[in-house]
Amino acid sequence: MAKVKGEIVINTERCKGCQLCVPVCQQHTIAMSKNLNSKGYQYATVVNDDCNGCTNCALICPDGVISVYRIKLQETN
Amino acid sequence: MENSISKEKICQPENLVYSKTPLMTCNPLSYCPGCGHGTAHRMIMEVIEELNMQAETIGVAPVGCSVLAYDFLDIDMQQAAHGRAPAVATGIKRLMPNKLVFTYQGDGDLAAIGTGETLHACNRGENICIFFVNNGIYGMTGGQMAPTTLPNMKTSTSPFGRDAASTGQPLKITELVAMLPGTSYVTRQSVHTPANVRKTKKAIEKAFQCQLEKKGLAFVEIVSNCNSGWKMTPLDSNKWMEENMFPFFPLGDIKVPK
Amino acid sequence: MKEIRLMKGNEAIAEGAIRAGCDGYFGYPITPQSEVLEYLMENRPEERTGMFVLQAESEIASIHMVYGGAACGKRVMTSSSSPGISLMQEGISFMAGTELPCLLLNVVRGGPGLGTIQPSQSDYFQAVKGGGHGDYKMIVLAPASVQEMYDFAKLGFELAFKYRIQVMILSDGAIGQMMEKVVLDEQLPRITDEEIKKKYPWATTGKTPDRERNIITSLDLDPVRQEKINIHLQEKFKKIAENEVRLEKLMCDDAEYLFVAYGSSARVCQKAMQLGRDKGIKVGLLRPITLFPFPYEEIKRLSSQVKGIQCVEMSAGQMIEDVKLGANGKVPVEHFGRLGGIIPAPDEVLNVLIKNFIKN
Repeated sequence: MAKVKGEIVINTERCKGCQLCVPVCQQHTIAMSKNLNSKGYQYATVVNDDCNGCTNCALICPDGVISVYRIKLQETN
Repeated sequence: MENSISKEKICQPENLVYSKTPLMTCNPLSYCPGCGHGTAHRMIMEVIEELNMQAETIGVAPVGCSVLAYDFLDIDMQQAAHGRAPAVATGIKRLMPNKLVFTYQGDGDLAAIGTGETLHACNRGENICIFFVNNGIYGMTGGQMAPTTLPNMKTSTSPFGRDAASTGQPLKITELVAMLPGTSYVTRQSVHTPANVRKTKKAIEKAFQCQLEKKGLAFVEIVSNCNSGWKMTPLDSNKWMEENMFPFFPLGDIKVPK
Repeated sequence: MKEIRLMKGNEAIAEGAIRAGCDGYFGYPITPQSEVLEYLMENRPEERTGMFVLQAESEIASIHMVYGGAACGKRVMTSSSSPGISLMQEGISFMAGTELPCLLLNVVRGGPGLGTIQPSQSDYFQAVKGGGHGDYKMIVLAPASVQEMYDFAKLGFELAFKYRIQVMILSDGAIGQMMEKVVLDEQLPRITDEEIKKKYPWATTGKTPDRERNIITSLDLDPVRQEKINIHLQEKFKKIAENEVRLEKLMCDDAEYLFVAYGSSARVCQKAMQLGRDKGIKVGLLRPITLFPFPYEEIKRLSSQVKGIQCVEMSAGQMIEDVKLGANGKVPVEHFGRLGGIIPAPDEVLNVLIKNFIKN
C-alpha cells in the first residue's frame, strides 16, 4: 500500500499571522511561531513531520504564502 | 523509513502539488490578515491560468477594499468608478466580444451604489462574469453599514445595530439577479474552509465556461469575512459568518446553466 | 461627386461618427438629442461597419460603458443633453484621470434642473471649466451648423486620440434639431485590433508575454506620484492650448465693434452683423470654434483694434469671462443673453450693441 509524505514551505516574511491554516491541518503540523517577521506578524511555522501534503493550509491561506510538496512512499514491511 | 527522507528531497519542483499561481503578482496583498479577498483573487487567477486565458482576459476592479486588485492580478485591468463595474465590463465585452471579461465587486459597490448597473447588466444577459464578495460591511472606508449588513449588526454607522425597520432588510441581490432571464449561472459560495475554497473554484470555472459558451451573465457571490470591520479575529469571524451570515445568505447554486 | 444630404444636426453627427470609423455608441434618450440614438438604431451601423450601438439604462451607465470601450483603444462616443451630461460628470472625470479618449455630445437645453427642452448655452462653464471633480479640461468644439455637427465627429475622434483626451461637442437644441444640407465624406475604415495594439500600447487588449499588464486607473494614493500625474495632465492641456485653437472671423479686418459668440448665437450675430453693416456700422464677428482651448490671443489682438466687444450667449454670461480675460481691460466688454430657451433675434442683438457702444 502506497503512503504519502508531504512538506510545506511557508514564506514567513509574507505571512500575516491570521492563523487560518492552523485548524485546517488535520496533522497538527502548523502552529504560530513565537517570533515575529519583519512586518511584526507572528508567522505560521511547521512543528512536526506528519504533513501528508493535503494542501488545506495552502488553499485557505489568503496571502498564498504556503507551497505544498508531496511524494508517494512504497510500504517496505 | 519514510521519516528518513529529507525535506530537501521532497521539496523538489516535480513534487510540488500546490503553490500560488504565477498569475498572482509578487506584490503583497493589501488586505487585512485573514481576509477572504486574497483567496477569492487566487481562485479566479488559478482558473484563468488553467484555461490558458491570461492574454485574453480583461478584469474590472471596483471601489472598495479590492480597488487595488490590479496590483495583485497579472492581467490587463480597468478600475471602475464606484458601482459602475458592470457598465464598464459591458463596454469592454461589447467591443471586444472575444475577450474573457469579469468584474470583481464588493457589497457596497455592487448592491448599493451600483444596483442599477448590476441589475441591468444581468437583465441584458451581458456575456460577462461578476464575482461579488459579500462581507456585509464597507471595509475600506472603515466598517460602515452596507446593504447586506445583517439586522442588529453593529457597524460604525449603525453603532447600536442595524435597525431593519428604518434601513431595510439586507438585500439579497443574488436571489434577485437569479430571477432575471439574462443570468445563466447564479451561485453563492464562500472561501472560509478548504472544502469551500475548492467549491468556489469550481463555481468560478463554471462561470467562465458559461461566458466562453456565450450563455449569458454568470454571477458568483462569495460570502466572506471582514474581521477588521466586524472587530473579531480571523478565526472568530469565520465562525461568526457560519453562524450568522449563512442562515441569511445560504450557500449553494441558485440557478444552474441550461 | 460628393454625396449631399438634408439632415438634422443630431442625425448628421451620428452619420459623421459612423463614417469616421466609430466603434461603439452607448447612450440614453433625452430631448433634444434622442435622434442621435434613433438614427444609429435605424441605420444599422453594425451591418455597415461593425459599429456597435446600445441603449443603456442611464447616462451614468452610458458613460462608464464608454470608459470600458475607450480603455480598450476603441473609438467610442455618447451623447446627451444637459441633465444627462450632469449625470455623466463622474465618468468624464474618471476618463480625464485615466486619459481615455472619447467623443461626447451635449445638445444643450435650458436649466437649471429639468429646465426646458429649448436650446440654451448655459452649460459653457460645465464643459469648459471642468464639470466633474478634479483639475482637468476637455477639448470643447462648438458647431454652428449641421455641417459642423457632421465634421466634428471625425475631428473630435482625431483630437481625442492625438492627445488621449475627452472631446466634447457643445451644441444646442437649435443646431441639433434644425435641418441643413450636409456634404458627406467617404466611409473611413474602423481600426483593427492589431492596429490598436500597435498604436495604443496603453490599451487593455489582454496581457501578452511580450509586455507588462496594462492598468487603466485614476487612483494613486501616493501624493508625490499623484502630483506628477496632475502636472502631466496640465502640461497636456497647455500643449493643446498652444496648438489647437480654432476660430472663425467674419469682417474683422476693418471692424470697430466686435461680436463674440459661438454656436447658435454666432449665427444670430452673423445676421446682426450684416444688419449693422447695412446701417454703416463697422462690426465684425469672432466665433470661437474651440471653447477649450479658447482664442484668447485673437481676442487680445482685436482688443487693440475695436472700440467695444459685444458678447452674445444664450446664458446669463459665461463665455464673457474668457473674453474678458482675453481683452484684459483694453476695451469694454458687454454681455447680452437670453435665458430659459429663448434664441435672441438679430435686430435685438444689434440694438444692444448700438446702445452699449455707439449711442452713449
